[in-house]
Parts: sequence; C-alpha cells; structure tokens
Amino acid sequence: MDVKAVREAFPILHQDVNGHPLVYLDSSATSQTPSKVIDKIDEYYKNYNSNVHRGVHTLGSIATDGYEGAREKVRSFINASNTKEIIFNRGTTTGINTVAQSYGMDHVGEGDEIVLTQMEHHSNLIPWQQLAKRKNATLKYIPMQEDGTLAMSDVKDTITENTKIVAVSHVSNVLGTINPIKEIAEAAHEKGAVIVVDGAQSAPHLKIDVQDLDCDFFAFSGHKMCGPTGIGVLYGKRELLDKMEPVEFGGEMIDFVNLYDSTWKELPWKFEGGTPIIAGAIGLGAAIDYLEEVGMEEIEKYEEELAAYALEKLDAIDGVTVYGPKERAGLVTFNVDGVHPHDLATVLDAEGIAVRAGHHCAQPLMKWLNVTATARASFYLYNTTEEIDRFVEGLQKTKEYFGDVI
Amino acid sequence: MSFNNLDTLYRQVIMDHYKNPRNKGALDGEHVAIDMNNPTCGDRIQLQLKIEDGVVEDAKFDGEGCSISLSSASMMTQAIKGKTVEEAVEMSKLFSDMMQGEEVDPEKFSLEDIEALQGVSQFPARIKCATLSWKAMEQGVDESEEA
Repeated sequence: MDVKAVREAFPILHQDVNGHPLVYLDSSATSQTPSKVIDKIDEYYKNYNSNVHRGVHTLGSIATDGYEGAREKVRSFINASNTKEIIFNRGTTTGINTVAQSYGMDHVGEGDEIVLTQMEHHSNLIPWQQLAKRKNATLKYIPMQEDGTLAMSDVKDTITENTKIVAVSHVSNVLGTINPIKEIAEAAHEKGAVIVVDGAQSAPHLKIDVQDLDCDFFAFSGHKMCGPTGIGVLYGKRELLDKMEPVEFGGEMIDFVNLYDSTWKELPWKFEGGTPIIAGAIGLGAAIDYLEEVGMEEIEKYEEELAAYALEKLDAIDGVTVYGPKERAGLVTFNVDGVHPHDLATVLDAEGIAVRAGHHCAQPLMKWLNVTATARASFYLYNTTEEIDRFVEGLQKTKEYFGDVI
Repeated sequence: MSFNNLDTLYRQVIMDHYKNPRNKGALDGEHVAIDMNNPTCGDRIQLQLKIEDGVVEDAKFDGEGCSISLSSASMMTQAIKGKTVEEAVEMSKLFSDMMQGEEVDPEKFSLEDIEALQGVSQFPARIKCATLSWKAMEQGVDESEEA
C-alpha cells in the first residue's frame, strides 16, 4: 500500500493544528474523507439533487440511479446475496434499534434471554436493555477473558434454548478485540437464536462477508469508513427482514394507503420511511469505491502493522498501561500513571495530535477495566509510523510535563 | 499553540489543588448530597453541603476526574464556605461567565485561587470539566431549598 498516495487523497490531513502538522489518531470515532467522496457529494448537489423513487423527471431518475447504485456497491462490499437485504439508515445505532424494535418486539417474550458481552458500545447495549425491560426478558453477558477476548466455551455456556438474540460487536471500539463472529453465529443458531453484529468498528477495517459469517443482522456506519456522517447500513437476512414490521411509518415506505389501513412497499424500502439520505448514500458508495481501490486486505494488513508498531513503542514507556489483547484491530487504548486521560488529550492536542479521551461510550467496559476513563489512539489507512513516533514523543512530553508540575 | 500555552491552563495553583485537594472527604451529620456526572467523559463528583439558615456552613467533595474538574471542585468548596446560598449561586453564575471568556468584576467576586482557572476558557473542550462541581453545588442549593 502506497501510504503517501493515500495521504494525498485526504485534503484535511494537510494542515497545521495548534502550530503543528495534524496527526489524526481518532478514526475509530470518525474517519476522514477522501476528495473523491467529497467531490461525489458536491456533484450530487450541483447537478442532480432531487428526490428518489418519485415523479418522472430526469433529475429524479439520475438521483434514483445514484442512490440504488450505492446500495449495490454496499451489497457487493459485504457480499450480501441481494440488495433487498441492504437498508440505508442514519448509522449503526439506528440499525440496531430497528432490529430491537421490530424483530425484538415480535420474538422476545417474558423469560427469554438476550445475550450480550460487556465490551459492547452503548449502542449495542441500551436497545437490548430497553427491550428486556419491556418484555420482562433477561439480559445475560458472556464473560470476558482477562485479556478482553471471548472464549468459545463461555459463549456456548451462556447461550441456551431460551436465548432469542445474541448481540455482539465484531471489533471492540476500546480493546480492539476481534470477536469470532462465525463461531458465535454457529453457537447462536444451534440454540435457535439470531445473531446481531455491531460492525461499526469492523466494516471500515476488515473484509466483510456476511454470508460466510452467517450473521442474521449486521449494522455499520458510513462516517467511520471514509464516508459522510449521517449514513449507515443495516444488513439483514431476507427471510427475516421479509417477516419484520417497519418501525418508521410515513412517506416512501408504503404500497397502498387507505383511511384505516395501509400496506408496505417491498424490501428494502419498507424500512426506509421518509426521504432517504440520498447524498449520504451516494457518498458512501464513493467511499466503498475508494476503499476497494486501495484494497480491504491491504488496509487490514497495514493497520495490523501500525497497531503492532504502536504497541511495541507504548510497551517501552514506563507507567503506560495498554488495555486489550495482543492480536487486535488498529487501535490502542491506554492510560498513563498519574495523568488523567483528559489532561493527556489536551497536552497532545497542543502538539497537533488528536486522540480520544473518556469512556468511549462503553461505561460497563470501563467498570470491568476498573477505570473511569482511558485514552485511545486509533489508526486508519492514512496514518504512518512517523505519526506514531510523534504520538509517542508527545506522550513522553506529557509525562515530563505532569511530572514537573505535580 | 505550544507547551508554553499549556501553562495558561495548567497553572501551579491548579496543580496544587489537584495534588492536595481541600475539603476532600465526607460530612458528618445532616447535609445535602449530590452526585453529578459528566456523561460525555465519565467524570463524577459527590458533593456534600451543610446549609444552615441560608448559609453554607461546610462543604466536602469526593470524586474521580481530571486535574481541571478536581481542582475546580477543591477551589469551589473553599470559596463557598461561609457564604450565603444566594452568594454561592451568584458566584457560580460569575464562574460560568468567566468560563465563557467574560471579564469578571473583582468587586463582585473575589477570585483568589479561582483566578487560575481563567485559562480554561481558551480550551472549549475542558469548560465542562471546570463547571461540573459548580453545577453540583447549584443543584444542592436547590434541593436544600425544596426540603
């Protein structure tokens, strides 16, 4: 992978922040956007902005082709068997809530179990808490190993005949753990449960094949994979989606509307009430084109190298604790003795280095780690080992700075 | 911005309050207790106020957070002790103004150590850290008045 060429494609990277060249290490929160994506969105608004699936005019047809063309790009990107299985929405949170409110409301009853892990992002936790409360169902958590991974024996012990839904993240946004989705899906299916995968942190970084994983639902977000904010995707197996009720009702999703009853459009549109996120979907399509041009396998390999490089450097600094397993996705979450992560992030920011500090929307995981907050540096295809060097230098300076004043 | 600019944020006084917090701990006897979180970052403060006849007789806090939130809590408890609740709430409003970068009339608010927090206004992402304990105090005053 030619990282120099990759960096050229991202205009935002070429600027100074607080007097230093920007080092952006917060892609797990939001990734940066290549020119090709920005141009595609620009082109949409300049040339063919109009509503889709309505009317007969020319611009509307071009917009519809663009929107539905993006759906086909997504289908191919995750190897779904049919575009009917690809629902556009606002992001991962919306996708998981759709499954909880539609599939969950119809299939989970009193005494049934919903199985989660303690490493879930709030977006794959609270929808299930709410569902369990409404249905008097039980939430169960697959215990974690000390290094923040799941053991298949624990997965199998936790899922029972009463389990209706297993909801698990593909990649932890804090620990970087890559969960064995295919095996967990098999364990869930053996007991007659469905598996809902939070793919927010995996779709941008790993080659996804939903048929090979055999997951029933897979949700992810455009803005973490070089796309614009406000667009996301819910994949669902067609036989499940077909039987599910929509959760948002209104324009665009209907077939016939009578005074006292209505019928729905076919898949996927019955789940896309209201004017869809047209520019967002077209932008996401362009992001997928870009990622595939670079190559997902290449990206995955490169990020693995970056993460290994960062881990090695951090291990060499006294007083730095890194959380999570050795084999991980491209991020490192850590703490520095005696320096609160907020203070750390502020000092790094003064050096032009952007990292995340806080609980990363994973408060139960923070409790498990026995910390209130952590700092996180996350990498993407445009980051370099030189940037990691600057980040590590920044950490050293932070330690010295706080060492002096405290 | 350089490390020198950071010194406007991390003043010696702030670090002193962070390292040697005043009024840390828990109150005995009757008091109002407020737990407040900063949900965006996970900081939390437990503040206890002993209010008698409209005067803050004592204040203690405990909590977890960054240097800014904990030093601010330490300074806040120091500042409001012995003040009437009206004065304490007025101080909180002036402190908010100061965080928004406004000049504070020294006639109205004798800043003392709190002056050191003025630099926080240049770091928008950290203002909520500084105001957390003050918000907790305002809530405590409300609760004591309702009781």
